[in-house]
Amino acid sequence: MPRTARDVVFVDGVRTPFGKAGPKGLYAETRADDLVVRAIRELMRRNPSLPPERVDEVAIAATTQTGDQGLTIGRAAAVLAGLPKSVPGYAIDRMCAGAMTAVTTTGSSIAFGAYDVAIAGGVEHMGRHPMGEGVDPNPRFLAEKLVDPSALVMGATAENLHDRFPQITKERADAYAMRSQQKAAAAYAAGKIQPDLVPTAVRSAEKGWGLATEDEPLRPDTTMEGLAGLKTPFRVAGKVTAGNSAGLNDGATACLLAAEDVARELGLTPRMRLVDFAFAGVEPEVMGVGPVPATEKLLARNALTMDDIGLIEINEAFAVQVLAFLEHFKIADDDPRVNPWGGAIAMGHPLASSGVRLMNQLSRLFEERTDVRYGLTTMCVGMGMGGTVLWENVNWEGAK
Amino acid sequence: MSSVEMWRSLLASEDRAADEVVTHARVRDVQLPYGAGRAALITLDNGHDHTKPNTFGPRGLLELNDALDQVAGRDDIVAVAVTGKPFIFAVGADLKGVNALKSKDEARAIARLGHDVFRRLGELRVPTFAYINGAAMGGGVEIALHCTYRTISSSVPALSLPEAFLGLVPGWGGTYLLPNLIGAENALKVIIENPLAQNRQLKGPQAYELGIADAMFDPADFLEESLAWTARVLKGEVAVERRPVDKGKAWDDAVAQARWTVEGKLHGAAPSYVRALDLVAAAKDRTRDEGFAAEDDALADLIMSDELRAGLYAFDLTQKRAKKPAGAPDKSLARPVTKVGVVGAGLMASQLALLFARRLEVPVVMTDLDQERLDKGVGYAHGEIDKLLAKGRVSADKAARLKSLITGSLSKDAFAGADFVIEAVFEEMSVKQKVFAEVEAVVSDECVLATNTSSLSVTEMASKLRRPERVVGFHFFNPVAVLPLLEIVRGERTDDAALATAFAVGKQLKKSCVLVKDAPAFVVNRILVRLLAEIVKAVDEGTPIEVAERAAAPLGLPMPPFVLMGLVGPAIALHVNETLHAAFPDRFPLSENLAKMVAAGKTSVYRPDFTLDPEVVEIFSGGDAPSTEEQVLARALRALAEEIRIMLDEGVVGAPQDIDLCMILGAGWPFHLGGITPYLDRTGISEEVNGARFLEPGVASLPR
Repeated sequence: MPRTARDVVFVDGVRTPFGKAGPKGLYAETRADDLVVRAIRELMRRNPSLPPERVDEVAIAATTQTGDQGLTIGRAAAVLAGLPKSVPGYAIDRMCAGAMTAVTTTGSSIAFGAYDVAIAGGVEHMGRHPMGEGVDPNPRFLAEKLVDPSALVMGATAENLHDRFPQITKERADAYAMRSQQKAAAAYAAGKIQPDLVPTAVRSAEKGWGLATEDEPLRPDTTMEGLAGLKTPFRVAGKVTAGNSAGLNDGATACLLAAEDVARELGLTPRMRLVDFAFAGVEPEVMGVGPVPATEKLLARNALTMDDIGLIEINEAFAVQVLAFLEHFKIADDDPRVNPWGGAIAMGHPLASSGVRLMNQLSRLFEERTDVRYGLTTMCVGMGMGGTVLWENVNWEGAK
Repeated sequence: MSSVEMWRSLLASEDRAADEVVTHARVRDVQLPYGAGRAALITLDNGHDHTKPNTFGPRGLLELNDALDQVAGRDDIVAVAVTGKPFIFAVGADLKGVNALKSKDEARAIARLGHDVFRRLGELRVPTFAYINGAAMGGGVEIALHCTYRTISSSVPALSLPEAFLGLVPGWGGTYLLPNLIGAENALKVIIENPLAQNRQLKGPQAYELGIADAMFDPADFLEESLAWTARVLKGEVAVERRPVDKGKAWDDAVAQARWTVEGKLHGAAPSYVRALDLVAAAKDRTRDEGFAAEDDALADLIMSDELRAGLYAFDLTQKRAKKPAGAPDKSLARPVTKVGVVGAGLMASQLALLFARRLEVPVVMTDLDQERLDKGVGYAHGEIDKLLAKGRVSADKAARLKSLITGSLSKDAFAGADFVIEAVFEEMSVKQKVFAEVEAVVSDECVLATNTSSLSVTEMASKLRRPERVVGFHFFNPVAVLPLLEIVRGERTDDAALATAFAVGKQLKKSCVLVKDAPAFVVNRILVRLLAEIVKAVDEGTPIEVAERAAAPLGLPMPPFVLMGLVGPAIALHVNETLHAAFPDRFPLSENLAKMVAAGKTSVYRPDFTLDPEVVEIFSGGDAPSTEEQVLARALRALAEEIRIMLDEGVVGAPQDIDLCMILGAGWPFHLGGITPYLDRTGISEEVNGARFLEPGVASLPR
């Protein structure tokens, strides 16, 4: 008998405030696993009608799976979060798209019928685990010219992207970055971001215990002049700066996915429906363009065009990478569909955790925008990939 | 001058409390959830990990005072909260510092300083919250009590007011605030009952249940949830409900009940409990100022008392000396023990097998010549494991593992491969020598042979062996699973490797080990039997048993001498007495009456209803020179002073501290006497009998 796929819904998502990586950062003395545990516990607390033993899987992504991000972080976090020992868990890695992959993978398993309910998320403590920690690239990459030497330095790939799209100037990138900061500040002021932030205990031997309640990287007062004066660390006379990129950050996310019928049974309120997703590879030295082929693939398969998409949450690893995506799809730099509440340039990008932040924000935007049916979450991925997820607003008024 | 100013100048002008491990008070602002506003969060942290918990001396108190200065003046905060470092809230006063206080004025000053600083937490413009995240004792609990509200982590392993146990009272607010918070009955559980029960600790849920905390949260996000709860309390979304405190008859009844218990257990021997009770009794009708002032007085008196110094000395012995046995050989000489043999299958052997299996988690083989006895012995050990399983003390898997570790064999060949064999056979030299010879034929040259003898010579027992250097004495106290003392006896030829292995095994068994010379009856039994012999002698002379029984009450022993004799068994008491008589006939006379009592099959001077057995009274009748209680006590103490001096001169142990440690851990002698030698010194008996004290003034008493 042919198998029937089940509809999968995004019920709820939370995250810790994002911190700046490094010895002075908010989470400098806080463990990565504690961050994601806090997120999972809050997720469960916010959905009291979900019996914990009904969670069929906990998939947690981390790019560097060692130390406090090791020990099969999904399983370790489930145990530490106090979920019943009968709830399994695993670790996922697709660099920046880790949490996104945790969602697509567990979501697919729900559709397949293997799970009813899953928790998916990610964590990255880039202070404790700088990108590339402990990696040992195979010498063949360079010897056989499989990738350009710049491919493993994300900032350098962003500079490469400026080369490929010469019309994306530094000024355009800076202007985009400034708008991201302004949009984020406005969203904060309007209380749009806070509902899904989990206040998280932080400790410092010197300062004592504290509580993280908002994103540390925010720079609401960013100006074009200020951005223009920043150094270009990846290239002499380059275009990529700390101001038009996401920073190095610490943080964790977690979301709740369920089969739509099970959500109904358990009294869970879905916010959006997982329609489809696609991942695609590109040349690693221009990894930032990854969302383009991934999104093309996805739209084509679903017989949609960009005109059908009402909201886009695109990860802002670098402004140039967002602009390359917008150029390709002929979307204006300041199109209101794109990251209406700001993005990673303002809030931060703790690698493997960011995918779920995009979904949290899209799901909240859907609640406000019942006129919108479809939205995308998309991001570029190190080693030359892109991933895009197509979501349908369950509150879309056209369905009523 | 305020206590704060006084201590500031004291610390500035003198090299005082220079070695205090200062608990810092770090102030950090937090934004409370739900828009409840900004709170100042004070973290208590001495900069060390949890193995060195937060304590308070004058410097730490002044730092906390500074932190409170900092927050008291602010009008931009809605609450002040206090929490600890990971796993530790705070465990009270710095005891080392208490010991260093030189005068009653200073003692009163430290009492006042604690009050003056802590009470500010209850008197700020804004409500205060204590988040008890980990272990909290004494002054740590009192900090929390001064706050308006308290939350506690469900994983708090230990919460207590241990002051009375040490010889103090919870005098930084505890005796006033706690009964007024949770009622006298519950407060006395914490202030009196638990300290009396070997300083029992409350776990987080128990403390919550008693009403000490207003809310309890899981450890995983304890601080976050405490802050969220704080926000809801401040916004009026959570109403904090407490059980009303009955300030009428219930209060007085609870105090009377506790007084009865204390008197029954201690017979007025420990002033701290009585002072604590008096304070709780009066706290009902006192104002805060009056209550705190009364605590200052009590602390000033008690800090400058020999009882407290003895208590601190005893505490130090059990915390430090018990963990680093004096005279033990280098740890690195110890050989690994991967299999244990137990010769015998009687009750003691079974208990030993169980203990070794539980603690060492290696195979334990019991042997006996009789299959039935062997089955019974192994069966007993397995049965005890089942009981542990039924009580939830071990899991089913653990129970299965432990049972599989304990096996029996009719042949000593089963000891092949054992690294440590202990015998618990009949207390008869020739039997033990034979058993050891048989074991030696089977085991490796390195295998340690241990004897659980309570009175026979270890040296003699080893003398017939090929390798006598492998033999050690391993003297447990009944019940072996409970009593923490292990006398490790070095025979004349015992080598360092065997001894080091014995100490390593003792530590793995979680026993406090004391090195003892091979001398008759070692330490605890020799002292107890000397005491008993003196008391029996008084009875033989015509002192009524009940008078002799009461005579030792001021020592606050866990049980009167004849009750102890009943517990040990008169036959065993007689046997040890005979051993000691053989060695020291003058000091350990044989009581014909005691022998008669044993011969008559009497197991106690009491009948089951605790009245004196007339037949035993009859056996002991006939003396014509009765003593008074005071006389009996005096001669008993003189005997103890004499015996202990002789033991030290003989080198049975290295120092009076070891005697005290043995008596505290092996015989349950009370902390407030510091074991026995501080008491003998304090009452002048040591000097009277031996011409000198056992310990210099200041070691376990006030400095002179």
